[in-house]
Amino acid sequence: MLRVENISKRYGSFELNDITFQVEKGDYFMLLGPSGAGKSIILEIIAGLIKPDNGGVFIDDVDITRLAIGNRSVGLVFQDLAIFPHLSVYENIAFPLKRKGMKGQNLKSRVNVLAEEFSITHLIKRNTQNLSGGELQRVALARTLALEPKVLLLDEPLSSIDVQLRASLKSLLRSINREGQTIIHVTHDYDEAISLGSQVAVVNSGRIVQTGTPVDVFRNPASEFVANFSGIKNFFKGTISDSSEHDLRCFITNGISIWLYADDNSGDGYVSFPENSVSIALENPHTSAINTFQGVIVDIFQQKHGFEIWVDIGIRVAALVTWESVEKLGLKTEKKVWVSVKANAVRFIPIA
Amino acid sequence: MTSKLSNSIKGNSQNFSWFRLIATLLGAILLLFIISPILGMVLATPLESIVSTAADKEVKESIWLTIWVAMAATLVFAILSIPLAYILARHNFPLKRLVLGIIDLPVVIPHSAAGIALLGFMARDSVLGKTSSLLGFSFVGTPAGIALAMAFVSVPFLINYAREGFASVPERLEKAALNLGASPARVFFTISLPLAWKSIVSGLIMMFARGMSEFGAVIIVAYNPMITPVLIFERFGSFGLKYARPVSVIFIAVCLAVFILVRLIARKENKDA
Repeated sequence: MLRVENISKRYGSFELNDITFQVEKGDYFMLLGPSGAGKSIILEIIAGLIKPDNGGVFIDDVDITRLAIGNRSVGLVFQDLAIFPHLSVYENIAFPLKRKGMKGQNLKSRVNVLAEEFSITHLIKRNTQNLSGGELQRVALARTLALEPKVLLLDEPLSSIDVQLRASLKSLLRSINREGQTIIHVTHDYDEAISLGSQVAVVNSGRIVQTGTPVDVFRNPASEFVANFSGIKNFFKGTISDSSEHDLRCFITNGISIWLYADDNSGDGYVSFPENSVSIALENPHTSAINTFQGVIVDIFQQKHGFEIWVDIGIRVAALVTWESVEKLGLKTEKKVWVSVKANAVRFIPIA
Repeated sequence: MTSKLSNSIKGNSQNFSWFRLIATLLGAILLLFIISPILGMVLATPLESIVSTAADKEVKESIWLTIWVAMAATLVFAILSIPLAYILARHNFPLKRLVLGIIDLPVVIPHSAAGIALLGFMARDSVLGKTSSLLGFSFVGTPAGIALAMAFVSVPFLINYAREGFASVPERLEKAALNLGASPARVFFTISLPLAWKSIVSGLIMMFARGMSEFGAVIIVAYNPMITPVLIFERFGSFGLKYARPVSVIFIAVCLAVFILVRLIARKENKDA
């Protein structure tokens, strides 16, 4: 639906290089990368605020690269939101509608519908000076979506918001997406990318280094950068079930139960645990680690320090083991081993 | 707010400083220097002479002329200046520094010299003079000429205030408005202009006040019809200090009144917006 093809842009020493990706209708597409990677510039090029040196942007196969900013059907919410300070909440939301010639009762009822959708009806008459970050974010979203853009571009939408309010904004964004709105969301936050994205493109130094579903990208990092940025190979999608023991929750993925601590009682999400929290034994170890599984070694890779050992326990788990241990236990592929993971080492990231 | 206030009170009482004392004294001398000549003039002018001068037809006409010509000059040149100020605030182009220097030129050259230059520019044998005489009017010795002289020396104030106003509007807001479908003209009128309005109004007031008080350039372009600063000069030259004083006092009072009125209107507008 949206295609970005071979976009390049040079800014002094910074260079956006051969950016190509494709977003399907209804996707929640994350652009993930460290600050200064060029993510915001990509958004501004799609919106037409910056002209690329080379390459093109296409929506539904129509080339919009040279199209006027206002005619692209692309809505951009800036990181600082860019709420017009001299206009009230109502006038901010009405701004794009007036340009389309809407007025009188039509305009009023459309603004009211939007305000209701974003739960800001009570703020409609206020001026924008004293609103909270979360309220301003909703005003900005209502204003941008008033024109029903084909693609919604969000630049770090959660960064200006209190931690407590992030969950509710995340579920708002998710529900906007579920109603069919295609979204491209820029973030430097790995958790954010996982919990919202249906597709992730990892951006570094002006290039896209990997694209795919969150599971693809984080489980099979295509480069050292992605591996370091995501950092974690034990990464699984699944569900937290209702059963619990004390504070422990049971996460089920591919029929395997992993016990962990989490605030969420149930729901879909991802778990991750570092390779160095996984230990390997030849017999059932009966240690304090709660998660103990029997499996078969499927791969061994030499690392800078020790070995990375992949064990199939129904899911493929990676363990980092010293050279001495590999020697002592005689670890090799197809050997049967026991794997244990401490519940404390397992982290749960809910899908918003 | 309260903590800030108590801090500054504490700061005052705790850190006695010779520097601050001397700075205050120097400032007081300066204020006296501004106030005392004006106050002295007001006190030295008998009330009955003020009253009779205020009734003088020539004085009344000159004050009225000064006000409306200065106002007309300000409004006409605002149409030329405000878009230029916007371009200067938003765009970089070759020789921009030169353009900025040209805009400040009227402030640094002697106003009598500016008047001489303008006189040549609008004289009957110049392009402007020929064009205007074809249209049946003349600049030399007319309110139109006075307006040009006033505008020439006062327009830098408007351009610079407006330019600073536009520069203080975050470019993000204009980009957001473009993204929301507004045309560049609509962005200018609905976003940039309202947000820079406070500075623009200050610039308009400064230009108006500066135009009203202009003497040097105007007297060369048009001795008659007489604006009040020229009238004051003429009364001083023909009759002496005693006769120049009442007109001066009245004109200063009028200037102050107009100035305060315009500021009040501007402030009210700001509150309404």
